[in-house]
Amino acid sequence: MIQYNRFILDNGLTVLVHEDNATPMAVVNVLYDVGARDENPSKTGFAHLFEHLMFGGSIHIPDYDEPLQRAGGDNNAYTTHDLTNYYCQLPAQNIETAFWLESDRMLSLAFSEKSLAVQKKVVCEEFKEHYLNKPYGDVWHKMRELAYTVHPYRWMTIGKELSHVENAHIDDVKAFFFKHYRPVNAILVVAGNVKTDQVKQLAEKWFGPIEMGEKYIRCLAKEPVQQEARKLSIEAAVPLDAFIKTWHMDARLEKGYYAADLLTEILGGGGSSRLYQTLVKEQKLFSNLDCHHFGSTDAGLVTIEGKLVKGVSMEQAENGVAEIINAIKQNHVSDNELIKVKNKTESIIAFEDMSIMSRASSLAMYELLGDANLMNTELEKYQQVTPADLHEYSKQIFRESNSNTIYYHAKQ
Amino acid sequence: MNLNRKITPHITDAVSFDLQLKKCDQYNLDNGVPVYSLDAGAQEVLMIEWVFYAGNWYEQKNIVAATTNFMLKNGTNQKTAFEINEYFEFYGAYLNRSCYNETATITLHCLAKHINELLPVVAEIITASIFPEEELNTYRQNQQQRLEVNLKKCDFIANRLIDEYIYGIHHPYGKYTSTLDYDQLNREELVAFYQQFYQQGKCLIFTAGKIPANLASSLNHVFGQLPLQQRAIPNIQYHLHPAEEKKMQIINDPNGVQGAIRLARPFPNRHHPDYQKVQILNNVYGGFFGSRLMSNIREDKGYTYGIHSYIQNHIHEGAWMISTEAGRDVCKATIEEVYKEMDILCKEPIEAEELSLVKNYMIGSVLGDLDGPFQLIARWKNYILNGIDDQYFYNSVAIIKNTGSDELQELANKYLNPNDFYELTVI
Repeated sequence: MIQYNRFILDNGLTVLVHEDNATPMAVVNVLYDVGARDENPSKTGFAHLFEHLMFGGSIHIPDYDEPLQRAGGDNNAYTTHDLTNYYCQLPAQNIETAFWLESDRMLSLAFSEKSLAVQKKVVCEEFKEHYLNKPYGDVWHKMRELAYTVHPYRWMTIGKELSHVENAHIDDVKAFFFKHYRPVNAILVVAGNVKTDQVKQLAEKWFGPIEMGEKYIRCLAKEPVQQEARKLSIEAAVPLDAFIKTWHMDARLEKGYYAADLLTEILGGGGSSRLYQTLVKEQKLFSNLDCHHFGSTDAGLVTIEGKLVKGVSMEQAENGVAEIINAIKQNHVSDNELIKVKNKTESIIAFEDMSIMSRASSLAMYELLGDANLMNTELEKYQQVTPADLHEYSKQIFRESNSNTIYYHAKQ
Repeated sequence: MNLNRKITPHITDAVSFDLQLKKCDQYNLDNGVPVYSLDAGAQEVLMIEWVFYAGNWYEQKNIVAATTNFMLKNGTNQKTAFEINEYFEFYGAYLNRSCYNETATITLHCLAKHINELLPVVAEIITASIFPEEELNTYRQNQQQRLEVNLKKCDFIANRLIDEYIYGIHHPYGKYTSTLDYDQLNREELVAFYQQFYQQGKCLIFTAGKIPANLASSLNHVFGQLPLQQRAIPNIQYHLHPAEEKKMQIINDPNGVQGAIRLARPFPNRHHPDYQKVQILNNVYGGFFGSRLMSNIREDKGYTYGIHSYIQNHIHEGAWMISTEAGRDVCKATIEEVYKEMDILCKEPIEAEELSLVKNYMIGSVLGDLDGPFQLIARWKNYILNGIDDQYFYNSVAIIKNTGSDELQELANKYLNPNDFYELTVI
């Protein structure tokens, strides 16, 4: 059970405090309700580029990192399709430094042309390092475009193409900031060796005077139910053939999410999972094989991806996967198999909750979903899933017409 | 309210903190296996690690140590690989194994309530692994495929080659794996290595988390009677064969859009008096986000997503390494800047303000690092395997607090001489 206190400032900023005096440290986590899904299709990659610009100086403070490091702190940030999260950890004595820094960059960035020019280059190198200069680096660009026809999960958080990042203009930066980076669209979580009263006073002092801004109302195109299987063949200079297949699943707050999560564990979580044991170990069709989903807020994708053993044909590999999928659609999973993945879930949650950093970001994420207390009821929701639920849900999602397949061929 | 946002709130200098390293308990099992125990944390979780002197230092043939370690989970005389995996996964536990240069480990993470079900199967793995031929064949095939994919990556190639240049291809720190090595593996060698270095080998156990009251007696019951500690660790010495040529450029992928750049020079291990002081210099140079390399090459010029320098964490010889992936057209310019920053550190003393920032940052990191049982035991394990104790911790904190810029400039002149560095670009 993670304890916390919640209050909301007059300008709409939600503040959560999680006290833990066993640690000498404090974490200040600021989550903004904006991600790659909120981007203009012709200016993709912007939410992530923006995350870089948040370190390029704010209106009163030329450098974010330097004072934080001087206070013995460290920080980082990440951008997903759904949100952008900034966090710093520092000795609890120096927590006001984090309030000062975070509130100034919420007040306004410096909007430096130099920072924009440099960070465009840095992000282009990040793009190259992770997606262009790696074998199979483009597979998720292709899969997203195949699986989503209208929903903005169509593109990667890094952006659809380098040119979108390269063409970003300082006016875009300003407009994006004042639309999304307002108190009313943010959640502040403070965790560690702090007291709620102290946080309240600091939050009022530093964040209170910032103008509320306008609540961002998201209205994204809902991905229509897929009616027909989609398939794509690619040939590239890679050493091995690869097979990637996805099925649309429920959104984060829908009931099917928990079933989908447990199904991915049964299928692909660990050395005793069905896909690994049957297709890697027994039939030797794949040299590695994973089953996962991204935990996205809007409807996501259950994914199976792996590399084929040399000499195995794409058809053999595909049939192998199909057999495993059919089995889970036809028969209930055993009680023991279900207990196994529930035990694993219990353990994952316990290990995640060890650090204050992770507790802080989970609280922020659940608060964004609607209520921080969801963090405390999560395990119960998994516990309630029955073999019959899994059976029903596999029949619902693992339909061929709901699937997208990429055959990634190694160029001979 | 009139708030002046230009004024920094008061900062308590982290260098004024009195850092304390929580003591680690130690006891021996009946067979002499030492157990190091750190009881801390609020969650009902445990980590137990079995450390064997079974790293690649002790193998006679390439990748025998790593393969033996990997295959510990692939079958005992009572359980198949699948049954072992299923057993641990049923309890939501993670059983991992890793092979390093001197040591190889088995690590268990689990909820404390399941520990008594899990320990006997770890003992089974240590005493009764059988290394099935069929499992070895699958492992060989899949690892070869994986290697083939990795060999397309410039960073992977660069990491292998820079170590080879510094230590030589026959040194445990410098050697790497080829497809042929997998072909040449045979089961008997694994079994022999297992007998010598696991079944009868020297073993240390590290435990951390919310330690149950009966853990010591459980460990003694399950592991205290095993025939561990029977074989002395062989005394093997390797000679360094550093490369003659210092500057290398390799085209691995003619269409590559980035180059993996590595610069490195030999550097003594942590027993050398300069080691801890150089950690400060390294932080100024390239050791964290606010370092000079990062500020100049990423934040000013945008040549790379990241650039780092660090001292390799080896028990015997080490190296001081600079590592980055940069745009293909700016690789040369990046290397020039790396040398330019060395030169500045040699010629100009670090200004007081920058030095105090780095020191505060370092102490803040140590403080953050002392938070949580798994971090604490990792530090203790490092100390114990390197033959040092908590005095090293207090020395190192004192050194961070007391080392001045004159001394750091002297160290820069001693170690940051471009002629001593190997320089490699892989595109």
